Amino acid sequence: MINEETLKQPMTKEISRELPDSLNGDLRSKLMRWETLLMVFVAIAFFTNTQLSPYFLDPWSLSDATFNFTEKAIIALPMALLIIARDIDLSVASTIALASVAMGFANSMGVGPIELAMIGMAVGAVAGFVNGWIITKFDIPAIVVTIGTMSLYRGIAYIVLGDDVYRSYPSDFAFFGQGYVWGVLSFEFVLFLCLAVVFGILLHKTTFGRRVYAIGNNPTAALFSGINVKRHRLFLFTLVGLFAGVAAVLLTSRIGSTRPSIAMGWELEVITMVVLGGVNIMGGAGSIVGVFIAVFLMGLVTFGMGLMNVPGIVMSIFTGLLLILVIGTPIIWRRILSARKLRSQKQG
Amino acid sequence: MKHTTLIGKMVSHREWLLGAIIILMLAGVGYSAPFFVSPGNLAEAFDDTAILIMLACAQMLVILTRCIDLSVASNLALTGMAVALFNVAYPDTPAIVTLLMSIGIGVILGAFNGILVWLVGIPSIVVTLGTMSVYRGFVFLLSGGEWVNAHEMTPQFLALPRATFLDLTVLSWIAIALTLVMYVFTRFTKTGLSIFAVGGNPKAAVYSGLDVGKHQFITFCISGAVAGMCGYLWVSRYAVAYVEVALAFELQVVAACVIGGISIAGGIGSIWGAALGAIFLGLIKNALPVIGISPFWQLAISGLVIVLAVIINSRSEKRGGRRILREAHQ
Repeated sequence: MINEETLKQPMTKEISRELPDSLNGDLRSKLMRWETLLMVFVAIAFFTNTQLSPYFLDPWSLSDATFNFTEKAIIALPMALLIIARDIDLSVASTIALASVAMGFANSMGVGPIELAMIGMAVGAVAGFVNGWIITKFDIPAIVVTIGTMSLYRGIAYIVLGDDVYRSYPSDFAFFGQGYVWGVLSFEFVLFLCLAVVFGILLHKTTFGRRVYAIGNNPTAALFSGINVKRHRLFLFTLVGLFAGVAAVLLTSRIGSTRPSIAMGWELEVITMVVLGGVNIMGGAGSIVGVFIAVFLMGLVTFGMGLMNVPGIVMSIFTGLLLILVIGTPIIWRRILSARKLRSQKQG
Repeated sequence: MKHTTLIGKMVSHREWLLGAIIILMLAGVGYSAPFFVSPGNLAEAFDDTAILIMLACAQMLVILTRCIDLSVASNLALTGMAVALFNVAYPDTPAIVTLLMSIGIGVILGAFNGILVWLVGIPSIVVTLGTMSVYRGFVFLLSGGEWVNAHEMTPQFLALPRATFLDLTVLSWIAIALTLVMYVFTRFTKTGLSIFAVGGNPKAAVYSGLDVGKHQFITFCISGAVAGMCGYLWVSRYAVAYVEVALAFELQVVAACVIGGISIAGGIGSIWGAALGAIFLGLIKNALPVIGISPFWQLAISGLVIVLAVIINSRSEKRGGRRILREAHQ
């Protein structure tokens, strides 16, 4: 018998070897889970921040801290699904620029706030669909295509806007990025929490989610088990584009202006969040819970560095090292473990 | 064996095609603006493209082994800043020593990527995406966010890439020489040919006694060395070093390779392709203002060209070999 937990894991050699005797998973394997480790880091970061600043625990200050990462986190959710399915989208930040410029343009034509948001999301979805269409239609690796569309989408934003800037968004439009739903809970943050639940259910409790894992683990096997791999990939790319559009609405509304350089370099941070959350960059494994915790870890750490007046570019050293460490450490760890196992087998 | 020559034919065919497009573009632009095709202006445009050509040739080797190096632009900026600051501190250093030093720093930065890919086994895109921001951050730490301006650099530091020889700058000659060396390396040396084997079919390469990771490491070192050298040449040519030097330039480098027909899936490509891809991009960049198109179009055009090029590549890249079952991605 195979329990549900093991089914969620990729069928790598180690795990398939463990299958017969890991019915419910012992305490040790639960403690060793990536999500638990992340929680420990979150606790450490949280504690450090309280020591760094006495104002940190103020509810409003905590609420302010969420604005720094909510938009990226909203893209990280569909991106997690996409990476689990063995794809990647490097064009998300450029999609934000394109959607933001489209909204700025529509605004200059005198379109209402709700329509503006619709336009932003629609442009994002179309941009994502174009990525997915090219990738699935011509069988090209996602990374090259999205490197191309990364230039293309931001390039279009530059063609439309040049050195200029779109400002004067309607005051109602500011709600998306600056409004509060209840007390200190911002609209952005509540939206992220709801989406996290939705994506958690989508990935972990639906047939669609199972298929995403199947495609990521072995696309060929998935195809032969009757999954329309191309259609699923196309859908995932459109989904990522759509939520890049949502992020564009929130970001544009929050800062109240559009420049073609908006959200520059965000693709790296989004991917770092996803990978930090335990999603395997080679596809097939990962969980929304992990990504959810990783988002808070990144948010807390960058906020803490902000408290210490660390400049943004130095934070990028940290983001980069974090990305390498987070992926490198488990690989080295696994290698040490298997080397030890091999040695004990030889002795025994 | 027949298959290899077939791929060879297709690749060479594509280079002729790219060459023909470049000549057509030159003719078109020259027709509307004759001064553009004057030898002096062409030499200037080539000088402007030289760094892209060198980086594209080095990137090609990395891509051949199924890896990618996204950290080249940050490596370039970091090395450029390092040698510029060194030049300010020790103005007596001869330019050739600075050049060698930049290569040395570049190799170290490239080897760091290579070790993580080879010995730790992290996918290259993750490693170089990470080091891309790490190296860029170090430029800030090194310089404290300050600029190193032309008046702080010594004349000999500035003179090397600008000196002319037979109507071409030394920078252009370095690019030509490097392209030729790379051609010999990829076609006539054991290591160069092994790089193709490693990328074309890693499993077969292992069975024929090649260390895949080691060859990937070597290509990262070469890519780092070239990026480091370009760091000095860039800072010296534009006579300024600051944190955002060559920001996002890695995309142009990868774009040049893709346009030049280098398969991102590894094992397919040639130095001429990479160099022509770079020249193609350089031509667009230099011709746009001449034919009266705003430079803001450049980013979108190169993006569009990348997408079109990969679509065209995908048509001609149908892999051979025995395959019993169809693959989902194929």
